[in-house]
Amino acid sequence: MNEATDLLIIGAGPAGMAAALAAASSGVHIVLLDDNPLPGGQIWRDGPQASLPSAARHLRDQLRNCANVRCHAGTRVIACAADKTLLVEDAERGWQIRYERLILCTGARELLLPFPGWTLPGVTGAGGLQALIKGGLPVRGERLVIAGSGPLLLASAATAKHQGAQVLRIAEQARFGAVAGFAGQLPRWPGKFFQSFSLFDSHYRTNTHVVEALGRERLEGVRLQQQGQTIELACDRLACGFGLIPNTQLGQALGCAVEGQALAVDAWQATTRHDHYAAGECTGFGGSELALVEGAIAGHAAVGNSAAAQQLWLRRARWQGFARALNTAFALDPRLKSLARGDTLVCRCEDVPYGELVGHENWREAKLASRCGMGACQGRVCGAALEHLFGWTPPAPRPPFSPARIETLLELEETPPS
Amino acid sequence: MSKGHVADVIIIGAGIIGAACAQALARRNVNVLVLDAGWHGATAAGMGHLLVLDDNPAELALSQYSLQRWRELAPALPDDCAWRNNGTLWLAANAEEMAVAHSKYLNLLAHGEACELIGRAALHQREPELRPGLEGGLLIKGDGILYAPAAARWMLDAPKIRQQRAHVSEIDGTRVRLDDGRWLSADAVVLANGIHATELCPELPIEPKKGHLLITDRYPATVTHTLVELGYVTSAHNASGPSVACNIQPRPTGQLFIGASRQFGTVDPQVEGWMLAKMLKRAVDYMPGLAHLHGIRAWTGFRAASPDGLPLVGQHPQRKGLWLAVGHEGLGVTTAPATADLLVAQLFDETSPLAAQPYLPQRFLGEPAHA
Amino acid sequence: MPEMFLDGRPLSVANGTSVAAALALGADGCSRTSVSGQRRAPLCGMGTCQECRVLIDGRRRLACQTLCLDGMQVQTRP
Repeated sequence: MNEATDLLIIGAGPAGMAAALAAASSGVHIVLLDDNPLPGGQIWRDGPQASLPSAARHLRDQLRNCANVRCHAGTRVIACAADKTLLVEDAERGWQIRYERLILCTGARELLLPFPGWTLPGVTGAGGLQALIKGGLPVRGERLVIAGSGPLLLASAATAKHQGAQVLRIAEQARFGAVAGFAGQLPRWPGKFFQSFSLFDSHYRTNTHVVEALGRERLEGVRLQQQGQTIELACDRLACGFGLIPNTQLGQALGCAVEGQALAVDAWQATTRHDHYAAGECTGFGGSELALVEGAIAGHAAVGNSAAAQQLWLRRARWQGFARALNTAFALDPRLKSLARGDTLVCRCEDVPYGELVGHENWREAKLASRCGMGACQGRVCGAALEHLFGWTPPAPRPPFSPARIETLLELEETPPS
Repeated sequence: MSKGHVADVIIIGAGIIGAACAQALARRNVNVLVLDAGWHGATAAGMGHLLVLDDNPAELALSQYSLQRWRELAPALPDDCAWRNNGTLWLAANAEEMAVAHSKYLNLLAHGEACELIGRAALHQREPELRPGLEGGLLIKGDGILYAPAAARWMLDAPKIRQQRAHVSEIDGTRVRLDDGRWLSADAVVLANGIHATELCPELPIEPKKGHLLITDRYPATVTHTLVELGYVTSAHNASGPSVACNIQPRPTGQLFIGASRQFGTVDPQVEGWMLAKMLKRAVDYMPGLAHLHGIRAWTGFRAASPDGLPLVGQHPQRKGLWLAVGHEGLGVTTAPATADLLVAQLFDETSPLAAQPYLPQRFLGEPAHA
Repeated sequence: MPEMFLDGRPLSVANGTSVAAALALGADGCSRTSVSGQRRAPLCGMGTCQECRVLIDGRRRLACQTLCLDGMQVQTRP
């Protein structure tokens, strides 16, 4: 059964939830869609080993009480079916949703860079490990190394420790000066300042990065370059994340312009396409506080409540400052571009090694020659890695935006749009 | 060597046609420069289906000879070319189509092609995923599949062949002008750039025919043969409006290609949802289980179609020194080796391995102005 | 406490447990075998990398974005 709504929101993380709540008071009919089984996005992911902040629970409860907000969990966008109509799929069926206005809150994914051994079971993303633990992954008594860049490393370590893991090392690639400079600015955002105290860990090292994951059948240890020295640590899990990349694919497919790596938005969180808004990490990385305020602005703006939206501009500006400080401090060291060896797999779907990719001119050439990016993840992992390593522009998104059951694609109209 | 003389022959286009021509020339000790704009035409977008088609005698002669050439090349093809001799199974949905299968069978048999008529029960046995109730089919045993971009790359990997990434903006006699203004010259120029040929030769009667394709995740051993509905012959080829036909091809990876669609009058490369749905519905009609498989990517490409469905192979009748190898529509991968042999025979003024007449450009462009 | 089956073996997990977590609770944590024969386990944890695709009640689904339910049959891909 196809459905129609006044406002469709894609992504039920902080931005999407805040957008829905802000728009809900206008009384319009809202559909909130997310591919995860529960709302909350990555940062507020719930599960048997998650401890949600009260703000998240509060927001969730408020949304539940909005009779005009309908949530579709476990639902992905597969294709554009017609003007202002998306084809979506859940575990059971595919259907179309027609909307008048849309807010993209598609979040961000981790930048995962290839290094020797990164395909071993036991190696995950940094945010990936945190998400898996919240979902019930047992880590009690396990030895963990967390590496990469950004505050997510500390957050992931905190979740792991809370579940009884032993965190041997948190390896931050950024230099001490950059991280200290960022920490020095934190008092400007007191909430973040105190949060950083609770996350601080004595095993934290700056100027330290992963060199190789060691092991045969699964991870047994890790080799790190730690402040100029090579060290090896025996461990059970290695979590590596090199920052976040905005999920812009759906926005791009809808014709919204991209600026830098993120969806371009104006002061109203409006994209370059009329009636299409975007908020949260898909418009650039800035943390949950920025996502919340952006989401609220988008929600108000999308239902025509400019005054309420405008009232939030100042708050947004404050958190945008935080985002800028963050992104500058954790800029990636060029050394991380040379972690992969010739035999290191870059495309994990088709098992294409780095050696088969060097020397090609661009993504398309490399793909046709090596099958890189032809697999199930549609180049989401290797495409982002190769954009970072070689500066190759990933391909424009094409339907199906995610692997989809063919029966779902049959739900598209068979007549050409007039 | 005169100024700007860069090779004996310049080939424009590094798709499967340009590559086959380059390989054939290099084997005759000819120095070849292959120029390619890097746009990726039908070679990259197509299914790589190697098949004998017999809509008319010229098409049959060309495809049959070419397939024989592919089978000769096969032992030398690297693994990544994914050559398989898996056969094409033409599907008859009803008695009328079975009659088409029968006459096709007689015709192909008469031309020495190994083929077999398949009845209802045998069809189900050979391809159990097909829906029950199909009338039967015709198996063409010599047909196969290929990963054409890899085959083109292999053909171009020869000492006598140089490749350059360049867009040609003009052809003048046996000289070509690049985007940067430089002129390169040779003894002959071969135009093998598919639908882009009309940019350099507006007089060519070539039209882009858009096609969609979808590839599934890996489902090994679901399908064995390339499955094509006989309606393909009776409807899709002759339709002027948008049309679809069931075409399911198993890749060596265990993935399935699902096609095919045809649209005229568009050069927009976007995957169109309505066309994708129409095409998939047709395939699911023949193989209901496809509905539960996951499609992981869809894309489009453009076939360079000539008015009579046959390629233009030979010297341009009004432009001496310019040789054409264009207009192969959906059969470029199949007929690339034959095209190369035809072209080389004409370039060297030798007897052609098959009659060149039906493919000569003069059938559209008029009689030669140069003698 | 959903009672499910992982590659045919019964497994009981806490409410709200993801199938990705269940792979580690009930077995070695692996979800599939790669095209060159490597064993693989969930990587991104958030529905992007597709490493955790498994068959759940006969359908291909992402383990990291699916919650365990009573009677659920999960098959990893050997």
